Amino acid sequence: MAIERVSAILFLLAAIAAPMLLSGFFIFQVTMLLVYAIAIMGLNLLTGFNGQFSLGHSAFYAIGAYAAAILMDKFGIGYLWTLPLAGLICFAVGFLFGFPALRLEGTYLALATFGLAVATPQILKLTPLEHWTGGVQGVFVAKPNAAMGLPLTADQWLYYLTLSVFILLYILARNLIGSRTGRALLAIRENPIAAQSMGINVSLYKTLTFGVSAAYTGVAGALGAIVIQFVAPDSFGFMLSVTFLVGLVVGGIAWLPGALIGAAFILFVPNFAEEISKGLSGAAYGVIMILLMYVMPSGAGGIVQSALRAVRAR
Amino acid sequence: MELLLQQILSGLATGAIYACMALAVVMIYQSIGHLNFAQGEMATFSTFVAWQLITWGFPYWAAFALTVALSFAGGVLIERVVFRPLKDAPALSHIVVFIGLLAIFNNASGFVWDFTIKTFPSPFGQGPMFGAFLNMHQAGMIACTLGMLVLLYLFFSRTRLGLSLRAAAANPESARLVGVRVGWMIALGWGLASAIGAVAGMLIAPGVFLEPNMMLGVLLYGFAGAVVGGLTSPIGAVAGGLIVGVMENLAGTYVPVVGSELKLTIALSLIILILIFKPSGLFGKTLAKRV
Repeated sequence: MAIERVSAILFLLAAIAAPMLLSGFFIFQVTMLLVYAIAIMGLNLLTGFNGQFSLGHSAFYAIGAYAAAILMDKFGIGYLWTLPLAGLICFAVGFLFGFPALRLEGTYLALATFGLAVATPQILKLTPLEHWTGGVQGVFVAKPNAAMGLPLTADQWLYYLTLSVFILLYILARNLIGSRTGRALLAIRENPIAAQSMGINVSLYKTLTFGVSAAYTGVAGALGAIVIQFVAPDSFGFMLSVTFLVGLVVGGIAWLPGALIGAAFILFVPNFAEEISKGLSGAAYGVIMILLMYVMPSGAGGIVQSALRAVRAR
Repeated sequence: MELLLQQILSGLATGAIYACMALAVVMIYQSIGHLNFAQGEMATFSTFVAWQLITWGFPYWAAFALTVALSFAGGVLIERVVFRPLKDAPALSHIVVFIGLLAIFNNASGFVWDFTIKTFPSPFGQGPMFGAFLNMHQAGMIACTLGMLVLLYLFFSRTRLGLSLRAAAANPESARLVGVRVGWMIALGWGLASAIGAVAGMLIAPGVFLEPNMMLGVLLYGFAGAVVGGLTSPIGAVAGGLIVGVMENLAGTYVPVVGSELKLTIALSLIILILIFKPSGLFGKTLAKRV
């Protein structure tokens, strides 16, 4: 416990100090890192802790982003209010999608969620919806200034806002996993039939997890829309889902802090690969990904957890 | 009525493309139990190899045969070099490796042969057939897909090697006990999938033009087709691919207002609907599970 508490405090200090030491663009990048980390945390609740595979989280991210953008642009709702609203909308969508997903497992669930990911950009571009979604053009979002006259730049304010949301959602997820409900989720992951015979309502828990996971990702989408100040259909395609999945595996399955490591990987490693070679950046990214899986097949989480175990065993 | 017939036929023609790819997807699924995300890019890379051979002056069928052989060897090599060391890693890690391979092959095709679109010759010609409903190439493609299916069927049901492959996939432990070299069977599955993918790529390229992202869309439909047909059945994969092609076309023609913009979405929703009622696909086997 002591190690975890110390590292949490160190992380907090570093996170609070970061904007004072970094320049504008870097603050933006670290903010996006936290946004992705929230999305990966959502995916982790579903895939890591509940064992339901999803290639459709780009859709929930898109719904959250568009909900925030449209609520601000068309209804004049304050940006802070769009976060819980986007979360609620995505919870409802995810919960409803969870019902057909109940009938499907493994690869088949992957295909169903994959359909969702492929369909989303098409639906967003749909002509009858253009009045709301702006079609291919997308929607612009105004950048909010620091609240309550705090002496912060807009970038720094957004960073602290995202950090607070991340910490809040992290604590909620941690408590959820540690609770009776969390143990039910793990039991379902390990063996649904055995879980059912122990009196766990498998259908209810699975659909609820889908909803909660979608809500996390939706909040991340809403934050992402505010930070980037723009939403457009083609940035929310299938590849975004794949990126989240890569982040999840690199960070470590069923290990919550891994979300930060995974998000850092999907954000910075493509740039790093670009620096290795302009023409072969994609190949360099691919090679790094594969080598990483050789070195740590169960992600950063696997290494940290076995290290912790070794320390404790002494 | 004529419109309906025409739409179904041209749906079958695009469906044949998906069926080819679905067949490759099923092959790899049979031997490793995963969908290979890099399959499309591997096929594109093979097609580029064929294009290069033809440009160097090889006759079409010689280039075809050589490409299939090279792709087979390449598939076996990938299994041996990349996946062998990871055979005990969690399933999700394998998926990351697939995505890594996808990035590598996509980038390599673009780097070696650049991103300009290239025309790829068809061995069947482009003339009309069946009263302008299909052209010669489309008819040839459908025939090739069906031919490949027959060959695969004979291979799996009539040869000793095909039987060993099935045994290794169905029950690795028992297969090893009766003397099947399970590791090599998996490599062989990779080789076969890669070779079938190469054939699919070479059949598809004349219709859609050759460029590094050629297969991205096709693979998606191939997955869909394979899953609809049932991931355990090659016949199902071909049927599934054709069904997806026809459904997509009919949705585009007959669903008002949103039909043409959403034809992929409509096709995918129909697939999900099918899966809800038939969770292991139309032709797939339902496997009993142990607690």
